[in-house]
Amino acid sequence: MTLRKAFVLLILLLFLVACGPKKEQGFYDDPGKPAYGDTMITASIGEASCLIPILASDSASHEIAGYVYNGLVKLDKNLNIVGDLAESWDISKDNLTFTFHLKKGVKWHDGKPFTAHDVMYTYKVIIDPKTPTPYSSDFREVKEAKVIDDYTFQVTYNKPFAPSLISWGTSILPKHLLEGKDITKSPLIRKPVGTGPYVFKEWISGDRVVLIANDAYFEGKPFIARHVIKVIPDSATMFLELKNSAIDSMSLTPLQFTKQTNYPAFKREFNRFQYPSFTYVYFGYNLKHQFFKDKRVRQAISHAINKQEIIDGILLGQGIEATGPYKPDMWVYNKNVKKYEYSKEKALALLKEAGFEKGSDGTLSRGGKPLEFTILVNQGNDVRIRCAELIQQRFKDIGISVKIRVVEWASFINEFIDKRNFEAVILGWTISRSDPDIYDVWHSSKQGSKELNFMSFENKEVDDLLVKARHTFDKNERKRYYDRIQEILAEEQPYTFLFIPYANLAIHKRFKGIEPAPAGISYNIFTWYVPEEQRRYKSNVAISP
Amino acid sequence: MLRYLLKRLILMVPMLLGITLISFAVIHLAPGEPDVVGAEMNPKVTKQMREQIRSLYGLDKPLYTQYYMWLKRFVKLDFGTSFTPDRRPVIDKIKERLPITISINFLSMILIFFIGIPIGVYCARYKDSIMDKAFTTFVFAGYAMPYFWLALLLMMFFGVYLEFLPISGLKSFNYDELSAAGKILDILKHLILPVCVSAFGGLAGISRYMKNGLLEVLRQEYITTAYAKGLPEGMVLKKHALRNALLPVITILGFSVPGLIGGSVIFETIFAIPGMGQLFYMSVMSRDYPTIMGILVIGAFLTLLGNLLADLFYAIADPRIRIG
Repeated sequence: MTLRKAFVLLILLLFLVACGPKKEQGFYDDPGKPAYGDTMITASIGEASCLIPILASDSASHEIAGYVYNGLVKLDKNLNIVGDLAESWDISKDNLTFTFHLKKGVKWHDGKPFTAHDVMYTYKVIIDPKTPTPYSSDFREVKEAKVIDDYTFQVTYNKPFAPSLISWGTSILPKHLLEGKDITKSPLIRKPVGTGPYVFKEWISGDRVVLIANDAYFEGKPFIARHVIKVIPDSATMFLELKNSAIDSMSLTPLQFTKQTNYPAFKREFNRFQYPSFTYVYFGYNLKHQFFKDKRVRQAISHAINKQEIIDGILLGQGIEATGPYKPDMWVYNKNVKKYEYSKEKALALLKEAGFEKGSDGTLSRGGKPLEFTILVNQGNDVRIRCAELIQQRFKDIGISVKIRVVEWASFINEFIDKRNFEAVILGWTISRSDPDIYDVWHSSKQGSKELNFMSFENKEVDDLLVKARHTFDKNERKRYYDRIQEILAEEQPYTFLFIPYANLAIHKRFKGIEPAPAGISYNIFTWYVPEEQRRYKSNVAISP
Repeated sequence: MLRYLLKRLILMVPMLLGITLISFAVIHLAPGEPDVVGAEMNPKVTKQMREQIRSLYGLDKPLYTQYYMWLKRFVKLDFGTSFTPDRRPVIDKIKERLPITISINFLSMILIFFIGIPIGVYCARYKDSIMDKAFTTFVFAGYAMPYFWLALLLMMFFGVYLEFLPISGLKSFNYDELSAAGKILDILKHLILPVCVSAFGGLAGISRYMKNGLLEVLRQEYITTAYAKGLPEGMVLKKHALRNALLPVITILGFSVPGLIGGSVIFETIFAIPGMGQLFYMSVMSRDYPTIMGILVIGAFLTLLGNLLADLFYAIADPRIRIG
């Protein structure tokens, strides 16, 4: 009897909780009129660690800080540098001195005015050896920084350095709240005060961060009244939350994009966006390896890999072929470089030229040594593991025998990449949005332990061009240098550039004003709006800094 | 008894020390560095800055020095500050998470006892019946089924398909806008899935323990005597058998502590519940050594305490066991 009662009670409880509000449907196609209000809920796999961005190295912290703070400069939708807190800037003829003219009337979220003294404080705290920041390298190039007046700030460099201008896109911190205090113990770590479009409201550890629109934002109050960034550590759960409309936006995997969200009910509620992401995946060689020292072997391998097959079969068509370290919609991209179409014949001809002969069992060898090696891949990245498997199959077709080794990320970096203990590797790089400088990856001086030229690429002309390009301000001249670098990389094939995957995003249809551009879609997030009749959440939240 | 208790408590100290030593060695042996040193493969982070940060956090010192420094703080019950850039005291981080984990585990424990014990009793009473077999299959399915798989299935069914229950977190986004009753209902709705999932796996242990215990008791002579006196079956079960069979089941409580903390890591991660399991998972991922150590020490302490309580309960429950 007691059991039965408990069971009935449980059923009743389930029915009770089911009586929640039903999800509204349809009418999201009407563009409506811009209106202030509603809440945007996004999710993050990891929790933010610190909301003073110079101290944080995780993307979750930087994403939130991006809403709260401004830099002196920022990138526009076409990835050009434009003013943010700086109204304008002058660059001296020798390209060594930058004078920033700051916007007047900008206020911190606590109401205090923003001035050049805040910029000076930010600079000083970044270069302070006691500040545990990983981002001081660009600022250590500064010879002298001075405040000319409240709204003019000047920096002078030792030598012209092209990425220096965009380095001033770093978040400017409030001097009046931080000066004279230990920044690593500041309350601003969990309660940031910035000048940005959103004001910090609350941070519930492990759960969410809530931001609310800044009424007094100098570029106008953002339309979306509240932004919630929820922590969901499991990507499967995050996807279910998206399908459930409990979160409003998420980036989708190729499978989620092509199959699992491709049905009318989902499309009725969500818009899906697609553009080339800022990453590329490559097949890299250890150039100290006896086989890979020979350029012809690398070129042959590039011919033996069917990139389109990888894109179609593994990315489900969600990507484009990569030919170099930049994506096609960037100003620095050189489309006229040598390309390696999939051709067994060309691969075999090049290998023959390099001295490889086919044995009776069909394997290629040179001087009695068979052409075999191991491809290293990191665990947890299914796309790369499956790429390795497909490449292994294609190599087998022409007589190259490869093994695949899958290693956990931390061991992958510490035990294999850092110690140069690999033959070939499949990895990816994030392409910088702000500057095309690729010195750290390709310059021959960057071959030391934990440095990024781990495949040991050495080319005097590339070294020279990299140095010239990073010390040149003239965009056309820089483009000429980078064009030539891309030509050499295409010829030398120190990597076989595989593909640039698409960024696939789903965003709830009630958000209007989204315009995909080379910078992605979130560059104008502060002008997105929800028409009043399509609002989902009440937004009568008071702004309390 | 008091001497025994004191002896056990004193013995806990070297045991706890041993656990901390092994834990410290193991977590530092794992490759990779704390996130705070700077994201790996980031061109903006130079080698020199990496070294500077390592030295600021004391990571450049030999492992035994780091352990000694940690131990020196620990004897003063100071768990140190987290390696995440927010530099919060580890104890504060654990304090805000522990109640959530304990509450959910407490609720699931109640559910386990309230469902598991009747199942055990039923299975003992109607041994080898179809229902006994059905219940056995049910509880062992729960035992064998991976948490994450079951969780995702239930989330899909109740969350996405039926739109019945929320999938993750503890509160809705519009929680602040709800009435008092609405707030309670909201939390209740969020708790149903995680509590059920974490309880499902525990049913097998309790119900089997209960069934076997009860069968054992039912074979005793005093039960035969009770039947012989003409007492009805229900009364024999309730008054004589059940009470005796229940006592050892209570001791399972003590032994369940480590399992509960281990299980929390999985279901708190899947259900995005900001408890200690999620904190542990994230700390391991970011190699936040002080927080990992803090959680491990508290977990080890609770486990040792649980075992001690279990032994004490044994002695209290069964006078034949003498301690001292």
